[in-house]
Amino acid sequence: MGWFQKGSSEEREKGKLNIVEGMWIKCAFCRAVVYRKEVDQNFKLCPKCGYHFPLSVPERLDVLLDPGSFQEWDADLSPGDPLAFTDTQSYLGRIEIYQKKTGRRDAIVTGKGKLQTSPVIVGIFDFGFMGGSMGSVVGEKICRAADRAIEGNTPFLLVTTSGGARMQEGILSLMQMARTSAAMARLHEAGVPFISLLTDPTFGGVTASVAMLGDVILAEPKALIGFAGPRVIEQTIKQRLPDGFQRAEFLLEHGMIDAIVSRPRLRQTLHSVFRHLGAGV
Amino acid sequence: MRDFLEFEKPLKELEERLEKLKKSGSERKALPRLIRILQSRLTKTEQEIFGNLTPWQQTQIARHPQRPSILDYMKHMCEDFLELHGDRAFGDDKAVVGGFATFRGRSICVIGHEKGQTFKERVKRNFGMANPEGYRKALRLMQLAEKFKRPVVTFIDTPGAYPGIGAEERGQARAIAGNLFAMSRLKVPIVAVITGEGGSGGALGLGVADRIVMLEHSIYSVISAEGCAAILWEDATKTQAAAAALKMTGAELLKLGIADEVVPEPLGGAHRDAEGTSQSLAQTLHTQLNQLLTTSTEQLLANRYEKFRQMAALADD
Ligand SMILES: [Zn+2]
Repeated sequence: MGWFQKGSSEEREKGKLNIVEGMWIKCAFCRAVVYRKEVDQNFKLCPKCGYHFPLSVPERLDVLLDPGSFQEWDADLSPGDPLAFTDTQSYLGRIEIYQKKTGRRDAIVTGKGKLQTSPVIVGIFDFGFMGGSMGSVVGEKICRAADRAIEGNTPFLLVTTSGGARMQEGILSLMQMARTSAAMARLHEAGVPFISLLTDPTFGGVTASVAMLGDVILAEPKALIGFAGPRVIEQTIKQRLPDGFQRAEFLLEHGMIDAIVSRPRLRQTLHSVFRHLGAGV
Repeated sequence: MRDFLEFEKPLKELEERLEKLKKSGSERKALPRLIRILQSRLTKTEQEIFGNLTPWQQTQIARHPQRPSILDYMKHMCEDFLELHGDRAFGDDKAVVGGFATFRGRSICVIGHEKGQTFKERVKRNFGMANPEGYRKALRLMQLAEKFKRPVVTFIDTPGAYPGIGAEERGQARAIAGNLFAMSRLKVPIVAVITGEGGSGGALGLGVADRIVMLEHSIYSVISAEGCAAILWEDATKTQAAAAALKMTGAELLKLGIADEVVPEPLGGAHRDAEGTSQSLAQTLHTQLNQLLTTSTEQLLANRYEKFRQMAALADD
């Protein structure tokens, strides 16, 4: 778990390619060099292959919610350091760097907003904060968001992108899988809709818990989604992985998700899901 | 024939010398005294080695090839073990064993990873690494337990869930998530015992419980020491440092408030006396189950939710 967080040279390369330098940007999927403005003007889609470039949290909120409707919760929650963990650097030192870089305390933003005037509770992972890894703060914010979804009988939408559990929190990061799943089980019993939207990439402990527990599970085109990272699988089975392995289309084919939704259709699709699963129709 | 771990080499030497001496049949007058001296040196060395185990040495004991597993515990702790097979969807995963057994006069549901003892057996059991079918078989059995009101005891010992093409195709992530979801609301008591290696999500897939019990030399971690060293240190030689940093032993998890109880093992590890270890574990399970079985279902589920809800470390400001 957490293989995306650091170390994967592929991922580092991909990160580099996604860095927008000036007017041009290289697509991480088809490798075409495309005009940045054209990408930005069309939901950050690659004009050549339709790959969905990763969105920052503010960009995601823009795409998702009615303008100006978002109110953030629990923005001040910061992680502790249960293991007093140090590798080549201390955990708290690393956290500080990411907090400065992102202006955020941890790897998820939660809050409430409106989607086509209907109230919705959202959680959005930030891959830019330690690879979107799930530790105590991410777990806590998801649990609190679920509490509020039950209180207000409001649908909960979780947008995931994560390398998995945050190993610097050791066993406590593993336990976030159990806590968030338990929160979703309570949501389920309360009859409140939970929708998960899987975006590129979603792996490890996040996939093997809350992400795969949606009443409806959606994914963005070509998103990489899996339990084990492709390198780990290759090393284990000593074979090359088939083309398209662990892409959203592969998951759809194998019955693991309900639909692949492109960004231009996202709001409309979500509205339809909430209308069919939510109250009052 | 016992396997000796790398750090047990001094013991191997002493034990072999002692054995030779005993078998020599020599009539020398000094023989009993020599045996006594060697025996006491052996005892002293054992205490030195096992009294100061590093986290990495503990990891090696937790992964010992002769480490007792669910099938051993069934033999020593339970009667009338009825193994049930299959997930009713795809197959029967041999890395997960489950069924019902009689424990101190009471029928309980038992589920656990099985690594296998011989090489042939280990291959058949996929080294204790379950595929989605294993988790789905476990879920099916837990739901049977709920239906017939039997408590569930899980025995956890796995390097992790299997990372393979088929496992991804058949929804490894969803299978584990489904267990976490269902176990958090299962209407019967659940006790999870980490018997050996509690490897990440593959362990947790059987690990959501009212009580988490660890054997003294078992480990429970979000990632293996090897994996952590490779990712965070980018240096395979830092495995020992990673094992320590991850704080994955029973004693550490007790301190972190994750484990509820640590069951002592015989000196050197459970494999030296599977029967004795079983008896200690049985005593713990008996006490824990008695407590849980007198709790109302409603209270049980509220407590279980609260137990996991508390598992977070936030900065206090
Ligand atoms: Zn492209």
